[in-house]
Formats: sequence, C-alpha cells, structure tokens
Amino acid sequence: MLIVISMVTFGIFFVVPQWAGSSPEALASRYVGRAATPETVALVAERLGFNDPIVVQYGRFLKGIFAGAEYDYGAGVEQCPAPCLGYSFISGQPVWPDLLDRMPVTFSLAIGAAFLWVVFGVSVGVLSALRRGSFFDRLSMGTALAGVSLPIFFTGMVSLVVFSYGLGWTPPGGAWTDLTENPAEWAYNLLLPWITLAFLFAASYARLTRAGMLETMGEDYIRTARAKGLRERDVVVKHGLRAALTPILTLFGIDFGLLIGGAVLTETTYTLPGLGQFAILAIRNQDLPQVMGVVLFAAGFVVVASLIVDLLYAVVDPRVRLS
Amino acid sequence: MSFLDVKDLQIHFPTDDGLVRAVDGLTFGIERGQTLGIVGESGSGKSVTSLGILGLHKGGRAKISGEIWLDGEELVAASAEHVRTLRGKRMAMIFQDPLSSMHPYYTVGHQIIEAYRIHHDVSKQVARKHAIDLLGRVGIPEPAGRVDSYPHEFSGGMRQRAMIAMALSCDPELLIADEPTTALDVTVQAQILDLMRDLQREFNSALIIITHDLGVVAELSDDILVMYGGKCVEYGKADDIFYNPEHPYTWGLLGSMPRLDRERTERLMPIKGSPPSLINVPAGCAFHPRCPYADRTEGRASTEVPDLAPTERGHLVRCHMTRTERRTLWENEIKPVLETQ
Repeated sequence: MLIVISMVTFGIFFVVPQWAGSSPEALASRYVGRAATPETVALVAERLGFNDPIVVQYGRFLKGIFAGAEYDYGAGVEQCPAPCLGYSFISGQPVWPDLLDRMPVTFSLAIGAAFLWVVFGVSVGVLSALRRGSFFDRLSMGTALAGVSLPIFFTGMVSLVVFSYGLGWTPPGGAWTDLTENPAEWAYNLLLPWITLAFLFAASYARLTRAGMLETMGEDYIRTARAKGLRERDVVVKHGLRAALTPILTLFGIDFGLLIGGAVLTETTYTLPGLGQFAILAIRNQDLPQVMGVVLFAAGFVVVASLIVDLLYAVVDPRVRLS
Repeated sequence: MSFLDVKDLQIHFPTDDGLVRAVDGLTFGIERGQTLGIVGESGSGKSVTSLGILGLHKGGRAKISGEIWLDGEELVAASAEHVRTLRGKRMAMIFQDPLSSMHPYYTVGHQIIEAYRIHHDVSKQVARKHAIDLLGRVGIPEPAGRVDSYPHEFSGGMRQRAMIAMALSCDPELLIADEPTTALDVTVQAQILDLMRDLQREFNSALIIITHDLGVVAELSDDILVMYGGKCVEYGKADDIFYNPEHPYTWGLLGSMPRLDRERTERLMPIKGSPPSLINVPAGCAFHPRCPYADRTEGRASTEVPDLAPTERGHLVRCHMTRTERRTLWENEIKPVLETQ
C-alpha cells in the first residue's frame, strides 16, 4: 500500500505535469529564480534529472525518501538528509523538518479530540439505544444530527465568537503551547478546538453506536447473558457493546488516520500551526514540494491507521483470526 | 406445595395492534428430580412461560401477574435485582440455538467461567478448573484443550453440550430447556436428551422441557402440559397424556407425529388450520375453529371458555365435550386410527 501511495503521489506531482505539456525546463524554472536565463534553467533541469526516464526519476524520488539526496543547483551541492521530500520553492528549506515541526500540533489536536469523541459518542450512543424513544434519546439524536450536518468552520466560528470573544473563557484562535512546556496551558489552548472537532465526530459515533447497540441488544446471546444472572450493566458493556464495537473501530481507524494528516478546517478556523494549515499555505503558495510532502505523509498515515485497525480486528473479533 | 409452583400466570404484551395474551392463566407445579414437558405449536406461549419464570420476559413492556413460587419464595412480586441473583444460580436455562445463544467473541470457557463467578466469589483459576470439569461431564472430549475454543469452532452438538455445561455451572435446582434439540441433527438429538436425563438424575434438579415435539417429551417427562393459545388444554401424567389423551388438540398432536416403528401405510393426520393469533384469540374455546368436534357442544365452543376439569383418571382437560363423549371418541375413532398408522 505504501508503495502504491508513493507511486500515485509521484505520478501526480512529477508525471502528470509532463503529460500536461510541461517541459523539463518549465519544471526546473520553479527551482530557480525568476531572473534565471534559459541556459541556467536548462542546466538545472539536466542536473535535477528532469530529462531522465520516469522510472529513473521515480527511483531517485524513493531513494531520497529512504536514503536522502543531494541537490545540485549549479550554485553548489545541497545535502538533503533522509527522509528527503525535497525543498520548499518559497523558503528554500527542506520539507521534512517543517513537517516535523508542525506534527505535535496536529497530533495534540487529533488525539485529544479523538479521546473526547469516542468517550462521548459511544456513551451517548449506548444510553440512547437503551432508552430508545425517550426524551434523552430524541434530544441526543437531534443534537447528533446537528453535529453531523454543521460544518466545522461554522461551529468553530460560532464557538470562537461565543466562548473566546464573548465570554472570554477560552483563548482566541492561534494560541499554541507545547505540551512539554506547560501541559495546563497546552490543554487550555486546545480545549475549544478539541470540543468543536469532537462534536462533529461524536455525532456520527453516537449514531453508529446507537444503531449497533439496538441490533446487538436484541441478540440471543444477550438473553443468555441475562439468564446467567449477570448484572444489567455488565450485560450492556461486556456483551452488548463488545459486539457493537467492530464497526466503530473501523470508522475510528479511517477518521483518525485522516485527521493526523491534517485537520485542515479546524486548524484554519482556529489558526493552529498544524499540518492542515501547512497544507493550505503550501497550496496557496503553489509550493509543490511542500504539498507533496503533506500528501505523502497524510496518505501514509491513513494506510498505517487502516493496517492497525486490521490487526485490531483479529483481537476484537476472534472469528477473523481463522481467515 | 411443590418445589416450583406456578399459579394463574398471565403474561400480556400491550402492542399497537392490541393486547397479546401470550400466557393466559397457566397453573402447574414440579418437584425436584421430576421432569415436566410443555408441549405446543409455535406461538402457543410456551417459550414466554419459561422466560417469565426466569424474569426475562421483555422488561418494562410485558405485564405479568399471578404467582411463581420457587422453593417457597414468590418471584412475580420480588424485586428484579433479587430475581437476578437467583437466575443462573437456582434456576438456569438452556436455549434453542446454541450458536446464536453464545457470545461469538468470547471463548466457551470464558462464558462458563463468567456464569460461575457471578454467583461464586472464586479466583479465575478455580472457576476455570470448574469449567473444564463441567465440559468433561457433558461429554466434551479433551475439555482442557477445548475450554479456550470459541463457539464457532464447536460443532452444533458440542455447542449445545457447552451450553448445558454453562447452565449447570452453579448446580441449579430448576433447569428449563427451551427446545434444546430443535437446532440439532437427529443423531445428536438423542445424545443430548440422554445427557440431560443423566445430568438431571445426577443433580436431582427439576427439569422443564419446552418443545413442539411430543417424541422428545415422551422419552423424558413425568408430567406433560399441552398448551394452546396461551392456555393449558391438557395436563397430567405423561402416560395418561400418551395413552388416554382426551383433548382433540392432543389427539391432533399425536396424529401429526411421525412414527418410525409403524408401517407407513397411511399419511400423517395434521391438524387443520394454523395456530391462533394471540391478539385475537378465538372466543370460547380457542381451539374450536380447528376442532373437528366443535359442533357437538351445542354452540358453547364459540361462546364459552371451557374449564380445566379433571378426567376420570385425574388429569386435567379443557374441553366442552362430556367425559363419556371424549372417551367414546378416543376409544372408537382416534385410537384405532393412530394404531394402524
């Protein structure tokens, strides 16, 4: 899977432009200044290997990721240590360290929000299923519908207006403190983004959990569990929820993997310096190596997350182990 | 008073279409070491009865009334929490389909250990030994190895044995088996029935077998209760019910039973029609629309509910016909046909 991703990414960023009619010179011109003479451009194109066959270019691209690369711009050789994802057009800095810098923000955001949405989504879903048709069920499912439907740039903006600018309970957007520096402030700054992001996801988890619980609580083995004299709480959690967990796990793997690659809307709304914001800036600047870096990184995480989910399946559902 | 005494048990479910009278005034008793067979078609209320005794009928929606006395203790009025502590410990249940009745994600051993540890404060190791011991007693080969298998890794018969082991984990004094052999191969059915008979003797528990198959109860039961439309229509000693049945419905059940020990010269005699809807139970005798003798009651069949009255031999029958009428019909019309069948 990871190989496929690298090929697709490479294809999009290197091969498609050439098909679309970009000459090696046109590609190289992005790496040199605007004032460069056609000769310089041609020289750089040659040195960067844009004239080589695509397979050779792909090999070099892979080698850069795993072993590092050397770029010869004519003005001197630059070392790009592994994992080399190229250099930014704008800043001239290697892409990978920039990505690394922004990772803690996105990780903090994703992990905190994921914790909130799983805890709230699943417990609300379970309670709704058990009290099907009650006022609580209707209220929470109505709220969940709102959560699923409202985009984050709406809920995010509203929450900022109300809680930051209106009530002053939370800091305005853009505040970020590293966990290692000051954990309390770290959590305080991220609280609103966490809640907003978790609201969106908790809604779909609550609905999924409710549907799953309604199904499993009608199963024969639930009746068996009750016939043993098990406490109702244990019947619900150990027997009902246990069986309803599989689809939730699947969804979680995909959602979390996507989120690690950058919570674009949340980070933009709260101006958090994470990967999502990085991607937006890179796209706005047409900084292809940076965009490619983020895409590769995000896609890699989705694959890794699905892989982990697949492995967890075997733990959760013993029937999967056979096949 | 018997060990288990059920008096005028009524379990009704209010639905959008009307009140479902799943069980309507059922009275019976059973002693330790005895077996009662409850027989009836699908929808006659036999499964609901068993769930009702354990307090497992659909929670808030069902309306239950009457009395259930277990060893001198009344259960209908008892708190749900108290009934829960009895469930699994003093009364246990074996369900029909062992595959869907066991949790697919837990090992067989885990499920037995769980059942044992709910009511016994012992370590997992002790409970595990107990589980292995139980699996051995219900005839599972290499119990120490199979204890960590999942239900889907067992065959149907083995699963039902494991289910029985789970029900027996706390030495229950009352064991209810709801169609214990319906989901099994014919060859396995006999083994499971033998096993249940042996275990019942060993544990000296009261056993209720719920089935639509008279053949199953014939082998095991001391008493037989025939249910129709939520009511008891005939109740007495197994021998009486088999050799001197007096209710036309019981005649029908006997007539629809395939017998391998007879020559297949005649077809089975199925009961015409289908079981009544429990929302609109026919007025009068619930069986009258399907009863070939309903015209002999001068119209009372469709207006009056017959009483459950004793026969000459002392078993109970709910029928409008007089004793002599029933005896004559049985001796002259029904018995000869069943015997030549």
